[in-house]
Amino acid sequence: MDPALLLDPALLWKFCLAGLAVGSIYAIVAIGFNIIYNTTGIINFAQGEFVVLGAMTAISLAGHMPLAAAVALAVLATMLAGALIEIVFIRWLKDASVLRLVIITIGVSILMREGMLHAWDEKMHALPHFSGTETSSIAILGASCPPQYLWVFGTLAVIVAGLSLFFKLTVTGRAMRACAANRTAARLCGINAKAMVTLSFMLSAGIGALAGCVTSPITQTQYDMGAPLAIKGFTVAIVGGLGNSVAAVGAGLLVGVLESLSVMIGCSTYQDGVAVAILMAILVCKPSGLFGSAEAAALKEF
Amino acid sequence: MLRVLNLEAGYGNLRVLKGVSMHVSPGEIVALIGANGAGKTTLLGAIAGVVRATDGEIAFDGRTIRNAPAEKIVSLGCALVPEGRQIFAPLSVQENLMLGAYARRGREGRAAAHARLEEVRGLFGVLGERQRQLAGTLSGGEQQMLAIGRALMSAPRCIMMDEPSMGIAPKVVKEIFGAVVRLRGKGLTVLLVEQNAKAALAIADRGYVLEAGRIVIEGSARDLLDNRDVQRAYLGKEYRRIDE
Repeated sequence: MDPALLLDPALLWKFCLAGLAVGSIYAIVAIGFNIIYNTTGIINFAQGEFVVLGAMTAISLAGHMPLAAAVALAVLATMLAGALIEIVFIRWLKDASVLRLVIITIGVSILMREGMLHAWDEKMHALPHFSGTETSSIAILGASCPPQYLWVFGTLAVIVAGLSLFFKLTVTGRAMRACAANRTAARLCGINAKAMVTLSFMLSAGIGALAGCVTSPITQTQYDMGAPLAIKGFTVAIVGGLGNSVAAVGAGLLVGVLESLSVMIGCSTYQDGVAVAILMAILVCKPSGLFGSAEAAALKEF
Repeated sequence: MLRVLNLEAGYGNLRVLKGVSMHVSPGEIVALIGANGAGKTTLLGAIAGVVRATDGEIAFDGRTIRNAPAEKIVSLGCALVPEGRQIFAPLSVQENLMLGAYARRGREGRAAAHARLEEVRGLFGVLGERQRQLAGTLSGGEQQMLAIGRALMSAPRCIMMDEPSMGIAPKVVKEIFGAVVRLRGKGLTVLLVEQNAKAALAIADRGYVLEAGRIVIEGSARDLLDNRDVQRAYLGKEYRRIDE
């Protein structure tokens, strides 16, 4: 295709819509990064594997039970896996440097990837569409798209709203924010900081799994999809400003749409390059992220 | 109420406390004074469970708490107002205070926590006026009041304060020390660490002087105020003049 196509508003909107759907997934992965980053300062590079694990588990379960139950169980199972990973690989390390922990998460991601290859196989799998079939479509402002897009947007909205309520209104949510703000002071208030870290891994894993389930019908799922997803999610987290989940939504949608437009003007080969190029540009020009403040960034270890 | 025996503690290979023994009786205000680097903050940290003690004994209410987790110690009723305030800057004043009551969750209802919140606001009125403000936007003195208020929300029987006067206007220091005296009047036990030895000894019953990880002088606040060495080293009075 050629750049002149950008002038066709209907087509442009259609590609934007696809970009928004993909971007929503990036945003959810980025939120997962942010939750763990906020309580521990770690970038958990196994975040992408949570997405795949959730989807794969749901696909296996879907044959034996209703879809909703399969998704719910898969999310719970992935949360459990998240807690287990934190307890086995992170919790018992005393005064480990952040860099060491980050490298451990890279190891965990490789371990999970190979584990999933053995537990399942190297083939593409997919959950059935949540509503309608593969061929059904709905129109959003004139552009037709699979109804699954609505599920994706809805999931993102529910996750963002749910998290913000959780962190603002519940005692546990506030305790997690307190841990993020000042871990020693949180312990002096009687908050079990270690439990909060485990909880943040569970939350991230659960959110990732949910994202994996809801996109599986569109993108399909394969055991090794985690790493590229993690790179995109990481890009989005950085572009938005590490630790800021609302900014991650904006950044995720932006990256998704830019990627989609790059496909539209005919450079689909470089689709993945777009995200990395944005990442590079942000890291050089505004390392605190599009929506982050430089002061806040100066306080961060990473 | 609080008893420390031959305590040794430090960071890594660095030994900061070299056999510290001291005690605080119920209802007392005890001042711990000493120069920078003497180990005052380490001592409070070790009692509160955020610094590892390598040897010795710490007992609170007769039960040993050495190297118990910090969250356990505060729930036993021994709270620390840490050096440099350490408030939760991105959280509101109200959220900071309510998190102070975290140690008592499950043991009391909302009503009890809110009653204590009112008491804290009675003590430091400004915390009530600014309850919705982010804690990081408060002035230094207000942050110190918030840090003390947060510790009080855990309903402690013993409160330890690390340099509450640091970097705060003299007028506000007076207000905070006044509050400390009123808290003692309500039966609270206070262990006060201060560089501002004069102000601390003025409200204290007893005092200890910590030097290079050891207690070198102890006695009633009056005795310490009259002690020549204390006067020279910590009260800024030079009695022996050169021409004497």
